[in-house]
Amino acid sequence: MAASKTLGERLRERGVSRRGFLKYCAATASLMALPPSMAPAIAAALERARRPSVIWLSFQECTGCTESLTRSFSPTIEDLILDVVSLDYHHTLQAASGEAAERAREEAMRAHWGEYLLVVDGSLPGPRANPGYSTIAGISNLQMLEEALAGAAAVIAIGTCAAFGGLPQARPNPTGAVSVSDIVTDKPVINVPGCPPVPMVITGVLAQYLVFGQLPELDEYRRPRAFYGQAIHDRCYRRPFYDKGLFAETFDDEGARAGWCLYRLGCKGPSTYNACATMRWNGGTSWPVEAGAPCLGCSEASFWDAGGFYRALSVPAEIDGARILAAGAVGAVVGGAAVALTRRRVRAGEQAREPVTVDELEQRQ
Amino acid sequence: MSDPMAFLLWVKGPMFNWALAIFALGTLARLLEIFLLGRRPNYAEPRGGEWGPGLRTVLTRSVADPGTFQRAPFDVLVGWIWHVGFLIALLLFIPHIELIQALIGLGWPGLPNPVVDAATAVTLVALVATLIHRLRHPVKRHLSTAEDYLIWTVTFLPLITGYLAYHRLIGPYPLALGLHILAAEIFLIVLPFTKLTHIFTAFIARWYNGAIFGRKGVQS
Amino acid sequence: MTGGSVSDPATMPAAGGPDWDAAKAILNEVRHALRHFVATGESTLIDLRAQPFAPGDLERLLAWLGRGEVEARVEALGPTRVWESAVPGVWLVDHRDGDDQRLTLQIEVAEFPEILRSPAQDIEQAVAILDARLGAAADGGP
Ligand code: HEM
Ligand code: SF4
Ligand code: SF4
Repeated sequence: MAASKTLGERLRERGVSRRGFLKYCAATASLMALPPSMAPAIAAALERARRPSVIWLSFQECTGCTESLTRSFSPTIEDLILDVVSLDYHHTLQAASGEAAERAREEAMRAHWGEYLLVVDGSLPGPRANPGYSTIAGISNLQMLEEALAGAAAVIAIGTCAAFGGLPQARPNPTGAVSVSDIVTDKPVINVPGCPPVPMVITGVLAQYLVFGQLPELDEYRRPRAFYGQAIHDRCYRRPFYDKGLFAETFDDEGARAGWCLYRLGCKGPSTYNACATMRWNGGTSWPVEAGAPCLGCSEASFWDAGGFYRALSVPAEIDGARILAAGAVGAVVGGAAVALTRRRVRAGEQAREPVTVDELEQRQ
Repeated sequence: MSDPMAFLLWVKGPMFNWALAIFALGTLARLLEIFLLGRRPNYAEPRGGEWGPGLRTVLTRSVADPGTFQRAPFDVLVGWIWHVGFLIALLLFIPHIELIQALIGLGWPGLPNPVVDAATAVTLVALVATLIHRLRHPVKRHLSTAEDYLIWTVTFLPLITGYLAYHRLIGPYPLALGLHILAAEIFLIVLPFTKLTHIFTAFIARWYNGAIFGRKGVQS
Repeated sequence: MTGGSVSDPATMPAAGGPDWDAAKAILNEVRHALRHFVATGESTLIDLRAQPFAPGDLERLLAWLGRGEVEARVEALGPTRVWESAVPGVWLVDHRDGDDQRLTLQIEVAEFPEILRSPAQDIEQAVAILDARLGAAADGGP
């Protein structure tokens, strides 16, 4: 299992021809959202690159992210991508289970100490939470993360739960869930959010690390700019309708059928940074907005708590009508009181009035 | 990590409700005071109606008479431009209409975004021009109080932040949008307690003016 | 993309005016690439996979480009279909995997697509391969 051979050698050993390699590089460039002209650079890098060891930890998650990953490409290329990374531990995908699996993880960690790539999906109960909410083989998530972290070169947080806390962290956050970057302070973290992330984005980020052996350029939320650089809204093919003010008002009206913008149906595309509009889902078949469903904002922090999925982005999460009415009532009372005061003052003034004559005035002077 | 989003959720949630509550409280207090106090009873026999002339004056006083225009063409023209632009951005931008509809259940058609965007750009320029004019005109500068600068600022901020958010000129986006909504909330909070109440009182005052003259049978 | 789109392209109007037509934007890019190729001889690759296409845009783009005289198929890591469009020098390269799922679809503006060229390192071994095949033939091969 040693990481001695380069990826180029490994691919050729598997009988991949030079044309196949060229094609592989073209597919990889496309996967990494790089311009196709980068294919030769990818080829050169792959000739030099070594097979990195990957340890994948799953904490409080629904396995949607792993499901997504295994749909990233149909077998041949997926094999190649995953085969050239050495996925040494992934308790859902590996054959071993129980203590044997944990031993495999410890061995892989020891063998590649300081070099392996740590991938995490799912959030974890934070330092102040009861660790018993989520354990694997009796080890708390936090402890496992901290142990694995010590020897990791970098951490990739896959999915919104790992990246931002996600569903487990949604109010009232019963398990005290935190994100990976809430824990990791001294290692590079790449966030690959999405609920789940676009499959090709997961493999794309892995491929990027694999090919160039370095971390991609990140945005303010530590998301790779190559995939999260633009808002859904700015790449959405329905954008001309938004700009023209043509909106579907319900899910089955004329506008919906004509493919108009879904803003009024709650589309969070304007505030959501993800690759759906270009990379699409299911091998490029379609994506939620194309299917007529508003974007839920799944690659953004707190998207579960950000107000109704089907309410427009500009509409506040909860409008506290009672408080506003109460305040209005208080205002009415204050206004009434001010009037009463003024009236009293005017009346008092009238009563205190002492008529004077010109003579009196002159005498007073 | 999630700070800008937490900020956005705060301005869209608790802060929004506070702002609206303060706005409702202040506005109702001020308006009730004005309406309940009314005017000193007039015992003279009316020589004409109040409503018609009142309403007419609301309209006619909104257009400056030629004399005023000749004396201060800048104020009239630029003032009109930015007031109209401000109202377009506020009332005819689809995301805003969506909000108003959620609040009071009333909606109306909006304008295409590029139109609103252009109106916003013009309004921003006009507002900056009014500030420069105020600072450079000796009389205006002398007359200006701290409150005048305050309300210029709270008027300008929602527009500029909205423009920045729309064009994604500052990031991350939740911060940009959060700042915009916060600016709008500050505008709402400040409104009932400053000269900004003229949004309501200007029309009331004009109506009273017209009504008084109408009652006297005089044209205003 | 081709086939399988959830929304039926036929009932979906094209998204918009000239400012957003993704297919037209690509054609513009192709025009630039052609000019560049004529001027410098440098080829250009355009990836059609990650484009903000509306339903039907890709089909429209391919229809606009049309079919030229050449069609080829490469078997390497699954099929790759190559065809020249009706515009000389504008090629389409459709990389698929073993399950015939599209990996990428590229426009290549060149004399011919790179994938068709015999790799130089392979040619270096060509004589040896030929001799080996001759040897096999002498042993009663084909
Ligand atoms: C709490 C109340 C408000 C909310 C929730 C709100 C919400 C929004 C939203 C969601 C946008 C779109 C940003 C984008 O497309 O990225 C926006 C833009 C904008 N808003 Fe507001 N807004 C509010 C109040 C105001 C007020 C009082 C004004 C003052 C006129 C204003 C002026 C603008 C402008 C000028 C734009 C940019 C329009 C453009 O350049 O096309 N907003 N607002
Ligand atoms: S459907 Fe959503 S992402 Fe697309 S233009 Fe409308 S608001 Fe933006
Ligand atoms: S369209 Fe929006 S909610 Fe749907 S997957 Fe993409 S980012 Fe997530």
